[in-house]
Amino acid sequence: MIDLSVRIGNLTLANPVMPASGTFAEGLDKVMDFNRLGAFVTKTITRELRAGNPLPRVVERAGGLINSIGIPSKGVLYFLEHTLPYYAGYKPPLVVSISAPTAEDFAQLAAEMSVPGVDVIEANISCPNIEEDGKAFAMRASSTESVVRLLRAATPLPLWVKLTPNTGDLPDVARAAELAGADALVVANTILAMAIDLETFKPCLGNIMGGLSGPAIKPIVLRQVYQCARTVKIPVIGCGGISTTEDAIEYMLAGAAAVQVGTATFVQPAAMTTIIDGLVRFCERRDIARVADLIGAVLNEESDEVELAWVAPPQ
Amino acid sequence: MTIEQTISQAGRATDSAAPWTPSVVGEIAEVISNDCVNAEYRHLVVRCGAVSASAQPGQFFQLLCPHSDGAQPFLRRPMSLYGADPVRGEVEFLYKIAGAGTRGLATLGAGDSVDIMGPLGAGFTLDPSLRHIVAIGRGAGLATLAPLAKAAKANGTRVTAIFSARRPELVLSVDLFTGQGADVIAVTDSEGTSGPAHIERILRGLIAENRCQAFYTCGSSRLLRVQQRLAREFEIPGQVAMEQQMACGIGLCFCCVRDFNVGGEIVSRRVCWDGPVFDMMEALP
Repeated sequence: MIDLSVRIGNLTLANPVMPASGTFAEGLDKVMDFNRLGAFVTKTITRELRAGNPLPRVVERAGGLINSIGIPSKGVLYFLEHTLPYYAGYKPPLVVSISAPTAEDFAQLAAEMSVPGVDVIEANISCPNIEEDGKAFAMRASSTESVVRLLRAATPLPLWVKLTPNTGDLPDVARAAELAGADALVVANTILAMAIDLETFKPCLGNIMGGLSGPAIKPIVLRQVYQCARTVKIPVIGCGGISTTEDAIEYMLAGAAAVQVGTATFVQPAAMTTIIDGLVRFCERRDIARVADLIGAVLNEESDEVELAWVAPPQ
Repeated sequence: MTIEQTISQAGRATDSAAPWTPSVVGEIAEVISNDCVNAEYRHLVVRCGAVSASAQPGQFFQLLCPHSDGAQPFLRRPMSLYGADPVRGEVEFLYKIAGAGTRGLATLGAGDSVDIMGPLGAGFTLDPSLRHIVAIGRGAGLATLAPLAKAAKANGTRVTAIFSARRPELVLSVDLFTGQGADVIAVTDSEGTSGPAHIERILRGLIAENRCQAFYTCGSSRLLRVQQRLAREFEIPGQVAMEQQMACGIGLCFCCVRDFNVGGEIVSRRVCWDGPVFDMMEALP
């Protein structure tokens, strides 16, 4: 019996697989048994009602898609009256993604969302689609630290902070979030991107720019998870182009304590449960008792015989 | 279906006795045939499992299209249900080759595999007490309306189908409708019979004969406007299947939203999840 559980701070997840914010909604319960997931992660909620960005909101490119949905949000009351009771019927912990235009608004929303039934606040300080040119708190260490500090003071719940891959200072940003009190980091949001239609000479997205996701970005974000995981002591949750069990394992080896699956669900709706099944098979085949043993197990130095045996078991 | 209804329907306590079973599946289906029906359209028939084969008129599938010409469509392609046979375990699609995805689909032959996901969305509702309905479609919209003919016949409801196309040889599925006992009126651009004024005259005739107790439509904003006007004038209900660019197909991404007029208020809805079939009077053409 493989132990699939992982710990994210004080929270134990039954397995390390959960959806990425924005790619999950109640409709997926037609495809998979929700009680099998490691956690639920909601679409990002804002205090203000948001209609979202102009259409088209998605364009596909090789190995992925660029989206500029723009966080349509029905606001806090709708969440409390409709979304929260819906998830109360299920076992996995509920991670609520939130966003706000200012640090103070962020903190206020975190406080309002810290209600029974919500297990974790995931602060989306990295959406590339709601500020001009992809500006977001997580672009710089200083703005990250100030918003996370206010968030930390505003909620007693575990606080996960979702970082952006669009900064050259990612390890500094990660350290700033840790210092300010984050319990875990989600690495990362989408990569700011663009596409142009050669028929019309117009940008393919109504919002001109959007966030690239899917297999195309996996090697980049994997590197960023590796960088963050060796920089901070808090858990890092990997998110970027994970479509298969192998992708999930690669992220865990790079240092991810858990993984978020997003765009893959658009192509294979049962991707998350398929990955969970695959983790069990991989661990059985490689004689790994606990999936948590994979976390940060990448070998980047000369290894002794024992470790080599672990990596390459006898055929 | 509103979001609120959906949530209360889907919400399920962990201690509920019934084990979970899927009502939407992604599965590898086997191609039975994939033939040209005219210069523009192809007809794909696949063998599939029971969940897929239970698809209802107006629902759709998301097909993972094979790669062609070096093009690699990343997302699935939404495809209206053209027919479903739960006994034989088959679903059918009618498609026009329009881009990288459908070019890839066209390469499929009997015995090949294709990854299908469905059935998706909210389909048509057919009130069995209706004695006579009108189905109006243009282009590929006819494919979406086709399963209605069979369902209406099973209810004892008569169908008059008005088919609009650019040229007579592009009019689709006439046999499928007449085979179910429907009356078919074909109108085409090349014959100058497809204009809204002419169709309005046809519809007024049908209404006068009490052969239009409900509208079912897909594929033309222009014809939708005509029907909305007549529906208001004569208080006739109607349903419309809408299209929109989609990504996930199951309500996750909010890529396929459209605006609807619900009692004077503009409401944004997901075509893939709240539709693709909507109350005709709420649709904004």
